[in-house]
Amino acid sequence: MGGFAPLDRPIDVELIDVTKVFDSGVVAVDRVTLQIQQGEFFSLLGPSGCGKTTTLRMIAGFEHPTAGEVRIEGRPMGHTPPFRRNVNTVFQNYALFPHMTVFENVAFGLRMKRVPRDEISRRVREALQLVRLSGFEERYPRQLSGGQQQRVALARALVNRPRVLLLDEPLGALDLKLRKEMQLELKHLQMTVGITFIYVTHDQEEALTMSDRIAVMNAGRVLQVGTPIEIYERPTSRFVADFIGETNFLSGRVDDVERDTATVLVAGNRPVRVRIDEPLSVGSEVTVAVRPEKVQIVPLEAPGADGLLRGRVEEVIYIGTDTFYVVRIDETTTVRVRSQNDRNRLDGGQLLPIGTAVALSWAPDAARVLLD
Amino acid sequence: MAIVERIRPSERSRSWRERLGDAIRQHEGLRALLLAGPGGLWLLLFFLLPTAIVFAYSFARRGPYGTVSWAFTLENYVRFFDWLYIRVFLVSVWLALLTTVICLLIGYPFAFVIARSPRRWRNALLVLVLIPFWTNFLVRTYAIMLLLRSDGLINNALQWLGLIDRPLTMLFTPFAVVLGLVYGYLPFMILPIYASIEKFDFTLVEAAQDLGADTWQVFWRVLLPLTLPGVLAGSILVFIPSVGAFVTPDLLGGGKVVMIANLINQQFLTVRHWPFGSAVSFVLMAIVLAATMLYFRIGETRRI
Ligand SMILES: Nc1ncnc2c1ncn2[C@@H]1O[C@H](COP(=O)(O)OP(=O)(O)OP(=O)(O)O)[C@@H](O)[C@H]1O
Ligand SMILES: [Mg+2]
Repeated sequence: MGGFAPLDRPIDVELIDVTKVFDSGVVAVDRVTLQIQQGEFFSLLGPSGCGKTTTLRMIAGFEHPTAGEVRIEGRPMGHTPPFRRNVNTVFQNYALFPHMTVFENVAFGLRMKRVPRDEISRRVREALQLVRLSGFEERYPRQLSGGQQQRVALARALVNRPRVLLLDEPLGALDLKLRKEMQLELKHLQMTVGITFIYVTHDQEEALTMSDRIAVMNAGRVLQVGTPIEIYERPTSRFVADFIGETNFLSGRVDDVERDTATVLVAGNRPVRVRIDEPLSVGSEVTVAVRPEKVQIVPLEAPGADGLLRGRVEEVIYIGTDTFYVVRIDETTTVRVRSQNDRNRLDGGQLLPIGTAVALSWAPDAARVLLD
Repeated sequence: MAIVERIRPSERSRSWRERLGDAIRQHEGLRALLLAGPGGLWLLLFFLLPTAIVFAYSFARRGPYGTVSWAFTLENYVRFFDWLYIRVFLVSVWLALLTTVICLLIGYPFAFVIARSPRRWRNALLVLVLIPFWTNFLVRTYAIMLLLRSDGLINNALQWLGLIDRPLTMLFTPFAVVLGLVYGYLPFMILPIYASIEKFDFTLVEAAQDLGADTWQVFWRVLLPLTLPGVLAGSILVFIPSVGAFVTPDLLGGGKVVMIANLINQQFLTVRHWPFGSAVSFVLMAIVLAATMLYFRIGETRRI
């Protein structure tokens, strides 16, 4: 499931400076540029209303960009109608035809293309097998569970062997357990058929689990594009760091820079060392971001206890595999720490009680400097 | 339990109203009778009884001076098979079918446009559809006559424009009758179709387009099948009153276009042959019944 190095395969879908302004004046998509490679599982991730669906609909041809260009397989799409684009969509509410059986639903696209009858029945059977729905041919959509309807929608799109499959929160209506199952199944399916998937979701965990690359969107803009690891480990903006996973933000001032490491004074002039990718000038105001699970927590009285920050445990939240500690550094700063409940650790599997004086530390490359 | 309740010591002092109330509460049959009673009585008095009388008449003979002399004979029904009357039957069904089809062709796009217009306009458009009902049907029919007459507005306008030299004969033709029927019953087609298009989920259109359907295929394979309940309801609501129309063929057909209702009217009031008039009434009822059954049959076999 590793990421793609950029541009090592042909580009299937390309968005060049695409903007969509609705008649109401809403700027739904704002100068978005994306390149999606052949065979890639590409996710559009962002909060509700950030323009994911609109972006997808412009690729499908249901909406047309106000400015910019959508290219599929290198060809500018202009106002090409949906039925002339080599893409298919799985809709959020499935949009199965209620008056047709499962077979007729899946066969619909092939019938429109006047594929010979026996080829239709063969390909429909294959598609249903692929989504593990053999034997459901004669059922009507309303006689199926949500997960089964979802699979019919997938088969109905895949049977056409599109170049690109667009999926708009296809698992949104399923319960958590089924959703997890379907995530793996979908990912597996995508690798089997080798079709490019463009997948819309507002669930960061889903995006991390399934995608080769993710574009994080907010307010119509794409903030960062990268592999799940890049997005999670090296967020380039406060929004991305906050939206994907959990992050402590410590605002401070750059005190010293030596090659790829900066010393930033945070929480009452405590120096913390942070790895940097871009040059920083001394004295600039920055935010240090560090994930809760990267923070080591040690009781101050433990032998050799040392740390970047000191504080007192204010809250202890036990969640089974891990424990969250909220540690107060000073009046305005708290740090969340996620500590694995592992017997081999220093604290011996014992929870630290509220009020314990602790030292917090992290490796220099575990933290990031954000400029916004 | 109920018996114990009924012989409470206070029983004697209770009013008849309280006792009636108890009785109603305790007897399901009585309750059903009381609930259905008023409606049932109304139906019995004003529908079943007259229908039964007409049914009985249809087997009787015409007495001297138009009286009814009781008998049991099928001659009234046999008489209907005269070409003269079969023709009236065929003309009625044909004009009603034509009216239904024209209403459908006009009404469907109409309903579609209303259902797809911005929400705040929809109610206003629906009111426009209903506005003609504010005026009496007879008045509106006379208005159509004024338009269609040889020296009416349309002929005058066409002559003034030099498109024709002699007035077109429009009044007292089947054309005028169908025009009147379409005009009169179009709202009954528009409203049920509107209701079913309004309920239709338009993401299905996008799904179909996405799968390669062009506009016509979307219409035939997705929109029409899923709005068929509205189409069927509208068709039956237009066909039934059209096939039994009386005023429209009477005024706009001017005696030249005779439909079943005109024949019935003639038999009862002019010819005073009540038994034959009754038999024709029952033929009309059979047509309506057949149409209704066809409607339910199609509704049932549809797979939705
Ligand atoms: N047809 C439309 N007309 C006007 N505004 C629209 C239309 N469709 C979407 N918008 C607006 O554009 C913005 C982006 O909408 P979009 O549906 O793309 O968001 P989304 O990221 O898919 O959100 P969600 O996760 O809630 O589905 C929103 O502010 C929305 O209100
Ligand atoms: Mg959406």
